[in-house]
Amino acid sequence: MGKGAMIARRAFLMGSVTVAGGFAVGWYSLNQPYAFPLADELPRGITPLTAYVLIDAGGVTLITPRAEMGQGATSIQAALLAEELDVPWDEIRTDPGPPAPAYFNATIIGEGMPFAATDTRWRAEAMRGLGATMGKLMGFQITGGSSTVPDAYDRLRLAGAAARQMLVSAAAARLGLPEDQLTTREGAVIAPDGTALPYTTLAPHARRVPRPRKVTPKDPADWRLLGKPMQRLDIAAKSTGTARFGIDETAPGMVHATVRTNPRRGGGVNGFDAGAAEAMRGVLKIVPVPGGAGVIADNTWRAMQAAAAIRFDWAPSPYPATTDGLFDSIAAAFVHDARDSRLRDDGEVDKTLERGADVSAEYRVPFLAHAPLEPMTALAWLTSRGLEIRAATQIPRFAVKTAARLTGLPEDRIVLRALPMGGSFGRRLEDDYIAQAVELARAMPGRPVKLTWTREEDMTHDFPRPAAIARGRGRVEDGRVTALDLSISSPSVSASQLGRLGLNPMGADTSIVNGAWDQPLAIPHYRVTGYRAPETVPVSSWRSVGASGNAFFHECLLDELIYAAGADPLEERLRLCTHAPSRAVLEAVGEMSNWGRPLPSGAGRGLAFCLSFGVPCAEVVEVSQTPRGLRIDRAFAAADVGRVLDPVNIENQMQGGVIWGLGHAMRAELTYADGRPEQENFDTYPAMRITECPEIKVRALETGDTVRGIGEPTVPPAAPALANAIFAATGQRVREMPLTREVTFA
Amino acid sequence: MKLTVNGTEHEIDVEPEMPLLWVLRDVLGLTGTKYGCGIAQCGACTVHVDGVAVQSCQVAVGDVAGAVTTIEGLGTPQAPHPVQAAWIEHQVAQCGYCQSGQIMTAAALLAETPTPDDRQIDDAFWGNLCRCGTYPRIRAAVSAAARKLQEG
Ligand code: FES
Ligand code: FES
Repeated sequence: MGKGAMIARRAFLMGSVTVAGGFAVGWYSLNQPYAFPLADELPRGITPLTAYVLIDAGGVTLITPRAEMGQGATSIQAALLAEELDVPWDEIRTDPGPPAPAYFNATIIGEGMPFAATDTRWRAEAMRGLGATMGKLMGFQITGGSSTVPDAYDRLRLAGAAARQMLVSAAAARLGLPEDQLTTREGAVIAPDGTALPYTTLAPHARRVPRPRKVTPKDPADWRLLGKPMQRLDIAAKSTGTARFGIDETAPGMVHATVRTNPRRGGGVNGFDAGAAEAMRGVLKIVPVPGGAGVIADNTWRAMQAAAAIRFDWAPSPYPATTDGLFDSIAAAFVHDARDSRLRDDGEVDKTLERGADVSAEYRVPFLAHAPLEPMTALAWLTSRGLEIRAATQIPRFAVKTAARLTGLPEDRIVLRALPMGGSFGRRLEDDYIAQAVELARAMPGRPVKLTWTREEDMTHDFPRPAAIARGRGRVEDGRVTALDLSISSPSVSASQLGRLGLNPMGADTSIVNGAWDQPLAIPHYRVTGYRAPETVPVSSWRSVGASGNAFFHECLLDELIYAAGADPLEERLRLCTHAPSRAVLEAVGEMSNWGRPLPSGAGRGLAFCLSFGVPCAEVVEVSQTPRGLRIDRAFAAADVGRVLDPVNIENQMQGGVIWGLGHAMRAELTYADGRPEQENFDTYPAMRITECPEIKVRALETGDTVRGIGEPTVPPAAPALANAIFAATGQRVREMPLTREVTFA
Repeated sequence: MKLTVNGTEHEIDVEPEMPLLWVLRDVLGLTGTKYGCGIAQCGACTVHVDGVAVQSCQVAVGDVAGAVTTIEGLGTPQAPHPVQAAWIEHQVAQCGYCQSGQIMTAAALLAETPTPDDRQIDDAFWGNLCRCGTYPRIRAAVSAAARKLQEG
């Protein structure tokens, strides 16, 4: 990046705020090799860049590069910095910053590696370190995989502490006092006589102080902010309609657009007739885009009306056109040649099962859409300098690369401003909608074009969670589970998704088996095998990724075996469990749910456990039979996050994850006919509504020694806990999601 | 045609069949009201017409006879409506995209039913989807707002 570009980006960052006299701690480092002499402070060779703190005459701006999707990322990143920097919470301003390699994610690559989260042996740790290095070398700026908090925990505290240290040094020089006589409080350095030197006036001096070689973050015992309920920085805006999401973004002279492309993904378009659309009121331009066309108009509704009036001749899907055909291709992959992984192979499974299997069952999970409530949107325009993009995205640097490829502009002429999202759940790990906005902007140089998808476009152009089939067998002896053999076949998320990002993942796709192979259980004969089904519908990461379906397979099979053994689901899981924090969450959820206490007749309790994203989580669901069908009465979840940074946000995320898991398990699926999803909106793709929402009690434990993210891990156990509860209440095993295929909910 | 929104009368030149939602968002620039489905399934577009909660994606602007109140007209960050204050206090929002609609539903419910029971709360919010799953907090915030409003 040239100097000009850096200044331009800084000016853009600061908006109308005066930059004069401002300084950015470590901001220069964006231009320098990443090496920075704090390396010995960090695990796994991560080098911190204090590219996170900006101070100007108006106050402190914290850079929070992980995207705000509703999970509270902005507030938690700000809190990690503010805790160390000693700035008042209610005066903080945040900014997502520019897409930059310095904001690489050092954690997320490790998650895809074939090591269980509970594996702390040197080889696993070394590989995770390699993952961190790769993330850094590639400048892999990405939000996802519940990695924001684990990735930021040390890095942002050190960045805040380093900035504070520089301010203290500057104050010491000005006052002629030793640094150790100075303290910091509320955005100022405090001298022994009580004189307060505000950071805002110290900043110009601090920029000349050498970066500290060593900083020590606070002892958690001294935390003022972290670990206590905090007021989310965006809460007032989100409660008054003043929060601006991607869909709300405007620019002077802006026009509105929508697109329609072939819902048979990748099928392409043979042609279209836009005659009627062109003549409609407000229509400015019809623009061909890959797979279809966009309409630019003077408001969104007119664009949508006109797009609906275009007649398309779409080509057939390049994959099987029906749900049955798609499942056939998954079923056909249970063959040696398609074997992708066998990461768990304990004892002698074949020999044990030759003596007879007590349970033998097949399970299925469907394709699922992310369907965040805000549909895909992006605003883009060509300027005399280059290209401006404003969009909600989890992958800002990839989006810039895509835009560069489409426009032929160098990346440093493309300014992308990341906006808050109305939910994502993994959907905005794709940049397809941003690419479309860029195509539309190219058709009207100088004119800001805001693309807004209809819900129908969104639902039919998701990159869904892949469907999967599992075949399970097992054996019990003397009241114990002695063998569990699970084979899972699914298309590969990593091949499909990373392929679109231009990356070529090598080796096994652990997401085919995550949440199943990596569970801390000592079943004597225990095997999990992954089979890679061919890529059909393009698929991607959906909240909790592989574990979302694999926990259903694993925990339903285990529950069947435990019942076959005549054992108690909680006691048998505790007996098999080899990991102390996992045992703790099982015990906690047992206590919370009064496990073992009888329920009225017609009611039942189900338990499930899954360790995903390093977080062990156990859930109990209670259902009862009513004249109108089954009702979910209560749900309980206990999870270990290592350290609770914000109890309110954790409660909200845990409850949200349970609702997500239960709601989709009950009723949601994408089915295919004629190569396209049959569901287009929330009438046929039902989400959980408040009337179905049970009472949900959650507990976050801190027994584990690593701080973890909680956005995803409460999702996987919800569906199997519900299915197991249905069995307890009715005696019926439901082995296929959505569960409404076989049971009725009230 | 004339349209009164948040106490201000506007003269607008659009097709009468244009949904109120898009008039608010694109013509008047009141983006607090959200688009989520366009087919009466999500409630993100909920506003009040003469105090009654309606899904603005389902109302043709030409059919609007009464005064429209949007989330912007209910209260502001500096002077929130009691329902908004309860939403802030309980930190209901995750992504927040559904919350304008949830809050408008809550305000209309409490104006009509000052002390709703759990069943009445659930029924009133049936039409408001929250993909993030903030329902437990919505219930708590509505009950708290009801108590606040009763105390005056
Ligand atoms: S946008 Fe009106 S109900 Fe969904
Ligand atoms: S808070 Fe995200 S949809 Fe409700």
